[in-house]
Amino acid sequence: MAFLLCVFACWRELSFAMNLLNFVLHNWRDVLTLMGEHLRLVAEAMACAVVIGLPLGVLLTRRKFWQRPVLGLASIFQTVPSLALFGFLIPLPFGGIGARSAVIALVLYALLPVLRNTVTGIEGVDRNVREAAVAMGMTARQILWQVELPLAASVILAGVRVATVISIGVTTIAAAIGAGGLGTYIFRGLRQNDDTLILAGAIPAALMALAADWLIGRLEGAVGARHGAHTGNAQRARQRRIIFASSALALVALCAFVAWRARPPQQGATQAARVPVVVCSKDFTESVLLAELLAQSLEAQGATVARQFELGGNLCHDALAAGRVDVYPEYTGTAYTAILKHPPITDPRAVYDQVKREYAERFAVVAGPPLGFSNDFAILVRGADARRLQLRTISDAAPHARTWRAGFGQDFMSRADGYPGFARAYDLHFAAPPREMDLSLTYRALAAGEVDIIAGNSTDGLIAALDLTQLEDDRHYFPPYEAVYLARRAALEQTPALPATLQRLAGALSTDEMRRLNYEVDGRQRVAADVVRAWRQSKGL
Amino acid sequence: MVATESTEGTPVVEFREVSYMPPGARAAIISDLNLIIRRGETLVLLGESGCGKTTTLRLVNRLLVPTAGTVLVEGRATTDWDEIELRRRTGYVIQEAGLFPHFTVARNVGLVPTLAGWPPARVRARVDELLQLVGLEPARFAARYPAELSGGQRQRVGVARALAADPPLLLLDEPFGALDPLTRASLQREFAALRARLGKTCVFVTHDVREALTISTRIALMAAGRVRLLATPDEFMRADEPLARAYLATLQLA
Repeated sequence: MAFLLCVFACWRELSFAMNLLNFVLHNWRDVLTLMGEHLRLVAEAMACAVVIGLPLGVLLTRRKFWQRPVLGLASIFQTVPSLALFGFLIPLPFGGIGARSAVIALVLYALLPVLRNTVTGIEGVDRNVREAAVAMGMTARQILWQVELPLAASVILAGVRVATVISIGVTTIAAAIGAGGLGTYIFRGLRQNDDTLILAGAIPAALMALAADWLIGRLEGAVGARHGAHTGNAQRARQRRIIFASSALALVALCAFVAWRARPPQQGATQAARVPVVVCSKDFTESVLLAELLAQSLEAQGATVARQFELGGNLCHDALAAGRVDVYPEYTGTAYTAILKHPPITDPRAVYDQVKREYAERFAVVAGPPLGFSNDFAILVRGADARRLQLRTISDAAPHARTWRAGFGQDFMSRADGYPGFARAYDLHFAAPPREMDLSLTYRALAAGEVDIIAGNSTDGLIAALDLTQLEDDRHYFPPYEAVYLARRAALEQTPALPATLQRLAGALSTDEMRRLNYEVDGRQRVAADVVRAWRQSKGL
Repeated sequence: MVATESTEGTPVVEFREVSYMPPGARAAIISDLNLIIRRGETLVLLGESGCGKTTTLRLVNRLLVPTAGTVLVEGRATTDWDEIELRRRTGYVIQEAGLFPHFTVARNVGLVPTLAGWPPARVRARVDELLQLVGLEPARFAARYPAELSGGQRQRVGVARALAADPPLLLLDEPFGALDPLTRASLQREFAALRARLGKTCVFVTHDVREALTISTRIALMAAGRVRLLATPDEFMRADEPLARAYLATLQLA
């Protein structure tokens, strides 16, 4: 029995590995390009970090008074969450979305290890040796270059190694501000609940980190061994020097190769700089679909479009307000509560009007006409239960709740317009306190009969796929999350195709259609651009 | 105090009313020091740890600058010298040699000539000459790193390095302090012979009275930042000074 279980487990793992291998084999160009972008970001950031950190570190050994404040500041950078740091960089003149902000953030993270190890390395030079250097009549410059830096080299390299490994990790987050790299796969995989995709991003990143760690570790060893202290043999020290030189050469060659691989997307990016309409999306499928829909519609009108998709958190808003992007799809409820910071209200019209007015005043941004569907909280039950008990509204379900178990996402349990107010509004009492779990898991739990009621998103493709029924919010508890495009007024004036297209897309998508499109991507793993293209064709657009 | 002034030779180093107080300290390490070191002599600064003997040495090549008074080297105040030039004309040997661990023996020894811009061939010839002088076979030792040498060998390299640019003045700070007694004794003998042959002026710091008596032409016995006794070794052996007697007593015990 145990043996059979074992075989089963191995088979599962094996099939998983096969999936991954299959994915990589079919998308190896893509994987290589993303790896190239990733390495390029890391290489650029590390080059900057060393160019800044090394001289600054040397300076700090000469002006000890500044050590604490400067190292303290560098430590503070490390404690800022990367997404927050990216958000902070977007509005700055030297920031923006894309690689530049990512590199700046990476440099800020990499600075501390480089700086600290430079200081530690130089201050760790034997006092006797330093004194001898001074007494031999070496100038300060000669002492630095011939004595301090060579003797500190292995410690400094250790700092560079740590910084490089950190950077390779942090760079996966850089996909959130459109800088590309392997994080693109990881974020997409997280969104689509697709482990293969997550691993296709995570494993190459981990391998790169290990490779960097090993390579730079070799350099460290070679540099340290030049003292012959560990070898007891000058011959071997010379061999180490050869290894040092050849691994340095290999590293340079690798970087050159990768930079060369990463060239094509770079050319694309420079072309994009001339393009007038920058369309941006958030980092979930529906937002990507809506942004892609707008982009393709604009392109059909002859406009050129630059896509800045899959930005994390509220970075789309930051970028729009800073004039870095021209238009992105948003939900009125999100704009109302998360951006404008109003307490939630339930009248869709009032929310839309308020958002439209305030955005025009505060951000010079125009809210386009509603797209026709809203992505609200959806109270869901199994279709079979709904039919058997003839449930249509949440009020219909309230009497049955006493025997039901509920499962809600963490977000729903905690937010202002979430569970506590919801339970009060409908006077709901469940058999047990609701189980708090990951949102995507609540769908599976409901379908499997583990729970009887969940709160999902009304446009989720799984609703149809799993035969779930959405109960009507008959007491209008939930605030509306109508989909609209938010566009900068300047961009609307600059590109006539943009306002025309926004008008044409008004009311174009029903909730059912949005569910279907979401399912095409999340459920059937199709590419968003293809799904949108097919949908536009079917509509004769 | 026995005022014995060597009268032969011109002064190479002269301390005039020199005091030194480190920044932030309350007490001076050196107070009102007057001392003349003449060409060709080996003056030993003898004393316990903390008596100011190393500080005195470091004032000569301007690793430290006096807080009062003047240190003259070849008649010129150290503060008037270009410090780099002064140090390159002054050989310096310290305990544990202070060799550069990432330089080979040859590069360590050839450092000052290289800094002075000698052509490489001349540096190489000089390095070989010096290694032979301190008893290290160049073919065997030139390419080694300091970590591959014994303590005694390292100290020989340290002496060779200090002699490389043929400086008229050598400063030695407990150069043989960390060596085992046998190695130390043989290095002391060789050093005395070498010094006599090369005619260098030496200032030598030690806390070992036996070493002081072996290699010095004069001994300056120091305590609490002042010179308590200035004497030739013979005079030192007969001195009434209580501290000198105490040192000699340790000798008889051994």
